[in-house]
Amino acid sequence: MALPELHRFTLPNGLRVVLAPDRSAPVVGVSVHYDVGFRSEPEGRTGFAHLFEHLMFQGSESLEKLAHFRHVQSSGGTFNGSTHPDYTDYYQVLPSAALERALFLEADRMRAPKLTEENLRNQIDVVKEEIRLNVLNRPYGGFPWILLPPVLFQTFPNAHNGYGDFTDLENATVDDCAAFFDTYYAPGNAVLTVAGDFDTEGAKALVEKHFGDVPARPVPPRPSFAEAAPKGELRAEHTDKHAPMPAIALGYRIPDPVTEVDAYLSYLVLAGVLTDGDGSRLQQRLVHRDAIVVDVGAGCGLFGPLEARDPDTFSITAIHPPEITSEQVVAAVDEELLRLAEEGPTEQELAKVTARWVSTMHREHDRLTSRTLGLGSAELLFGQAELLYELPAKLAGITTDEVAAAAKALRPDARAVLLLKPAQDADPNETAQTTADGGTE
Amino acid sequence: MSAPTKHRSAEEIGRTALGPRPFPELGEQRAAADMETVDTTLANGLRVIAVRRSSVPMVEVRLRIPFGDPAASSVGSTHSARAEVLANTVLTGTATRSRVDVDTELALVGGELDAVVDPERLAFSGNALMSGFDTVLDVLRDVLTGATYPVGEVERERARLVERIRLARSQPNVIAREALQRHLYGDHPFAKEIPEADEVAAVSQEDVRALHSSAVLPRGAVMVVVGDMEPDAAVRAVEGALGGWTGEGTAVTLSPLPVVQGGDVLLVHRPGAVQSQIRLAGRGMVRTDERYPAFQLANLVFGGFFSSRLVENIREDKGYTYSARSHSEFTPGGATLLVDADTASEVTAAALLETRYELGRLGLAPPSESEVDTARRYAIGSLLTATSSQGGLASFLMNLAGLGLDVEWFTGHPARLAAVTVEQVTEVALEFFAPTAFTGVLVGDADLLAPQLRALGGVTLP
Repeated sequence: MALPELHRFTLPNGLRVVLAPDRSAPVVGVSVHYDVGFRSEPEGRTGFAHLFEHLMFQGSESLEKLAHFRHVQSSGGTFNGSTHPDYTDYYQVLPSAALERALFLEADRMRAPKLTEENLRNQIDVVKEEIRLNVLNRPYGGFPWILLPPVLFQTFPNAHNGYGDFTDLENATVDDCAAFFDTYYAPGNAVLTVAGDFDTEGAKALVEKHFGDVPARPVPPRPSFAEAAPKGELRAEHTDKHAPMPAIALGYRIPDPVTEVDAYLSYLVLAGVLTDGDGSRLQQRLVHRDAIVVDVGAGCGLFGPLEARDPDTFSITAIHPPEITSEQVVAAVDEELLRLAEEGPTEQELAKVTARWVSTMHREHDRLTSRTLGLGSAELLFGQAELLYELPAKLAGITTDEVAAAAKALRPDARAVLLLKPAQDADPNETAQTTADGGTE
Repeated sequence: MSAPTKHRSAEEIGRTALGPRPFPELGEQRAAADMETVDTTLANGLRVIAVRRSSVPMVEVRLRIPFGDPAASSVGSTHSARAEVLANTVLTGTATRSRVDVDTELALVGGELDAVVDPERLAFSGNALMSGFDTVLDVLRDVLTGATYPVGEVERERARLVERIRLARSQPNVIAREALQRHLYGDHPFAKEIPEADEVAAVSQEDVRALHSSAVLPRGAVMVVVGDMEPDAAVRAVEGALGGWTGEGTAVTLSPLPVVQGGDVLLVHRPGAVQSQIRLAGRGMVRTDERYPAFQLANLVFGGFFSSRLVENIREDKGYTYSARSHSEFTPGGATLLVDADTASEVTAAALLETRYELGRLGLAPPSESEVDTARRYAIGSLLTATSSQGGLASFLMNLAGLGLDVEWFTGHPARLAAVTVEQVTEVALEFFAPTAFTGVLVGDADLLAPQLRALGGVTLP
């Protein structure tokens, strides 16, 4: 895939800027990625990074509450923010006439957000509704992104619930917000991305005009979240009172995507060989031949591939009928992994995965929101926005031996097994929501 | 939580020496490039809309075949069960291709193709690298003219469908949607979005094959192609591949729905729910109505986007919800206005009260010039952003085509929105947004909700 035009520079205050002009449609995307996610929130404040993301929409020095939304939408644009393990992003996608407005909005809240008690209390209520909607009141809520990490990981940053529990959310204070902002939202800890319909020199001048006087602040040292890989199979059960059928999530550790990107990508290809399309290994075996699961999926990263630093997770998930045991499903997965490890995939299987990735990258590029956010997260995590465009070629370079080696490394004695049980199947004596047995020994 | 280092207070963070700054004006807006497009009907009755969009070397394909139940009532009809099994097996075999062959051929050209069905239509949706356009068309030709529905695939997908139906019906939004459709439309086939498990289990290979020959018809169907190619060449390719797809008669569109009448909200008990689904519905307006642009703006001001009265009230002021919105649903022969919010049990009655208040207020304290302008600019701008990708444009044009509208409606719509006056918005607000014009359902734990809802009134308790 041809590399699109990319320009990058750094302002004196440390803000890294990526400009990706493309004049094929008269729309523009602006995003800011801050180098802090829920892995950085302290114990006793689970969910704080996400709560803080909500606060960033609640006004800043030049903008009253509600003004951010109204300004974006009255310019014809859309907006959102999201909190990931290692970063938090904010974006606007608008008709290109509104480029300066989007830059103004992002600069104003990077410089001087209004953090008030009233807005904090309001957004705690909103976030609790978000958690009821996406986790507490629905089947398979938080499966597997909230439920699997505490089984696979031992340390608080990697294991805890990034949505947070209600008590921690309610305990958040305005002073916590001030400390979090001053520590992590420094311009030197962020990447600004502008993609779409603009003139490069004009955009550069607007970036300098609006972000140039955001004062520099110290950038916090990035902590290592490294922890030992599991030694043994770590198992846990979770009771879901809304789920009609049991589910399984297998979690494995994978290579560091920053320092060992090629090794990491062999797992991405493996995921495609396992579950992408009707002809994939696990679809064929589990869904069609044995008919023991309703659906099966596999992938790198619980938020998608190349979305987090080390340690990252490879997961295989399946929902299965209650009359099928979890052991049957796990045994069939292990057999297929073993077969791949011993025989490797065929060249045709790799060609299928690679071709589908080429079109996936084209389609992501064509959607301005995903293009803008993809460039920004690749620049932040890998220092390499163009990684997106190099991905198809890198994936095409992965060999059958490398995929076989990746399959071999997904070993039963170094993984997490999470069993989700419907309430009616659960042991009535079991009161705890999640219990873990096994250890890292 | 203690800060790792000394930090400023929230007050210090929120102000700078310079103080608040003026919000920038909009710059010059470049117009979207004119669309090269062809809209034609082939000899077999298939309408083809092709648009050139060269942003990436891909092609997006959509095919919509009207697929209504010819029966007047869903009671005793097995159409929805047969249609679901058909959609789940149509891509699983032909005389020359197995299910795995289809997947392999498509994958090798970076392609995907899937089929879904709802009470109105059977829809194929796919894409591929531009070089794989012919492959996607050939697979489509093969399944449309020669799907064999292998018995093993029908049996497996039937069993899987029963499991998927069980999964779907455990989702609160699906529970609420089914209850709402039943409440609004009773036994009209439009209301039956999910068949019953026993109906699905009884569907045979012969049933599906018979449905294919009688209902998978080109006459009345529409295909949209958006990609990096000349529209004429795209149409020729479609004609070459699908010109031989024929059949007796015209694909079946559903009979018109009764107009939604205002009335009590029906409370549906979901034991143990910690959150409730509020789903209100009133009479909407079709896109071809000359007052539709005013209606669209009135709806935006009410609850159609984030900067609406409903969201600013029940989310940003009161914190009752994460998600509240109102939106049009275009139905056979008409339109419905839907208002949705999910709220914690303890604030459900209060959220319903506020929603009714905002409905009434839209007519009585009508939208201001500034509210209408914000909505107008959002409507025009979001049309531009939503259709700036090939996939977004293809899906949007297909939705329009399903309503009998064409590319000209799309390109002419910004001018229609620009011409709307505040008075026109006020008029439709008063006529369409009266609280008494709405009915609906509310799904939640009735044991918790009943006392407050009884006091509030206008709710039928179980």
